[in-house]
Amino acid sequence: MPGVLVFCEVQDGKLKKTSREALTIGNKLAQAAGGDLVAFATDASVAADAGRYGAKKLYVAKLDAYGTETFTAAVKQVADDVKPAVLLLGGTSNGRDLAPRLAARLDVGVASDVDRLEWKDGKVRARRPMYGGKAFATIDISGTPAIATTRPNAFPAEETGGGAAEVVEVNASSESKAKLIDTKAPEAGELSIAEADIIVSGGRGLKEAQNFSFVRDLAHAIGGAVGASRATVDAGWIDHQHQVGQTGRVVSPNLYIAAGVSGAIQHLAGMSSSKHIVAINKDPEAPIFRVADLGIVGDLFTILPALTEEVKKAKAH
Amino acid sequence: MNSVVCISQVPDTESRIKIAGDGRRVDETGLKFIVSPYDEFALEEAIRLKEKSAGDVTVISFGPDRVQQALRECLARGATKALHIKGESADADSLGIAKVLAAAIKTIPHDLVFFGKQGVGSDNSLVGPMVAELLGYPQVNVVTHLEVGDGKLTAHREIEAAEEIIEAPLPAVITAQKGLNEPRYASLKGIMAAKKIAIDTKSVADLGLADSDVFNTRVTFVSLELPAEKTGGRKFDGADPAAAAQEIIKYIRDEAKAL
Repeated sequence: MPGVLVFCEVQDGKLKKTSREALTIGNKLAQAAGGDLVAFATDASVAADAGRYGAKKLYVAKLDAYGTETFTAAVKQVADDVKPAVLLLGGTSNGRDLAPRLAARLDVGVASDVDRLEWKDGKVRARRPMYGGKAFATIDISGTPAIATTRPNAFPAEETGGGAAEVVEVNASSESKAKLIDTKAPEAGELSIAEADIIVSGGRGLKEAQNFSFVRDLAHAIGGAVGASRATVDAGWIDHQHQVGQTGRVVSPNLYIAAGVSGAIQHLAGMSSSKHIVAINKDPEAPIFRVADLGIVGDLFTILPALTEEVKKAKAH
Repeated sequence: MNSVVCISQVPDTESRIKIAGDGRRVDETGLKFIVSPYDEFALEEAIRLKEKSAGDVTVISFGPDRVQQALRECLARGATKALHIKGESADADSLGIAKVLAAAIKTIPHDLVFFGKQGVGSDNSLVGPMVAELLGYPQVNVVTHLEVGDGKLTAHREIEAAEEIIEAPLPAVITAQKGLNEPRYASLKGIMAAKKIAIDTKSVADLGLADSDVFNTRVTFVSLELPAEKTGGRKFDGADPAAAAQEIIKYIRDEAKAL
């Protein structure tokens, strides 16, 4: 039976959002092909969570922190056992680290960062951004399994009402040459732009590094991640992991607020697939207004603090 | 310390992308090509290691004849050897490219293999880890800091808003992230010296690979399209900050439903 296997990640005892999204599209592919959806995780406590998104079985390998080599071996072992037609991974750091390694071990094709997936003439057809979102490629993946990493926020998670997935223990033990020595935990309140629902971005209009506080204050108030234009990163105002665009991250959050971002072509490509876009810029001719659903021509230094206060008020209700 | 740096040549990030007549590829007419930006960090790191401990930095690229220009640029910056594997890499999937590169790397003495964390353009982020798997090496992806010594490396790997510190024995594969270093420009002396270095060339067949395992297999390119052109939405005069804030709040609440 042409089933689907989804690599799932667990955070704070729950499935990561990207894993729930991958399960959701995985379930649709499995149903269309008349097969079962099964999941892989390293924590049996998410069996109910996985079942809620359609997984019939949860293969659990008791592994410690993520490591490329140990996880490749464990997922390969499950794939050999389950023989899925499709193997999906959420497009997280770990999903993107693991997918190519698995594809090379299984000698199959893989599509990265896909935002559409469907069956076409017995093959998996995927759509994915290229050139930082300046173009979209449609590709067919042959081979069993066809592997894809799903783009965060592209497949909204939907519960299926299914019961807890049946837990199947996997005895996976393998050596790893690479060893994790330490993890530097994220700063409190810092979200990653890769998976955020809301991003507040700052550009050169902020004038200097310390003015990123205007953007940060709004991001914290609304519960979003801090984004940045390439110019501000190159100027050293903010770390590169905040950079949106062709040499940063291609993002598609529900809400993107751009403050003082003029909208260079490579920035626009990286964020224009956001579902709702608000731009604040003092230049009425700024290219960012071409992609904004709501464009505010004005001074970000007075508008952002006013907006932050309004958001706080709205959240307090 | 010998390093191999795998380079991809990509359209300049400032360029507009046009679709070719076949509807499946980029129209290369008039397009300016550059060394993929993340590959520059990879190259710089390899050159710095060589400067500390001698050895060779070999740059490799798989692609049509135009990639020689990218290799030449890398030689001018400080790479010591270059290998051009000739072939229409646009017809190969990532695993096909990885097989070609892995086969080539085996013919070159090395302690470290460097890639950019992604080829800017294809944006797959696949080839580096695939080569690591094919060679049986450990990998550290999206590296922002690297130390090498005593037959091992310590690397900082960027993950979601955090960092992992990973130790691995050599040989290993590293994919470079922005922030790893500040890449140098080519000096005039470097450009002159690079002209004297011959770029080695090989074919896919020379590497013992069949075209059928590299080209037009596993992944079929169906079409390439430009995203729908946006025309811009509503504009609002923000002269009054309070009124502007109200307008945005209304939009966030009623349309984005994010409050």
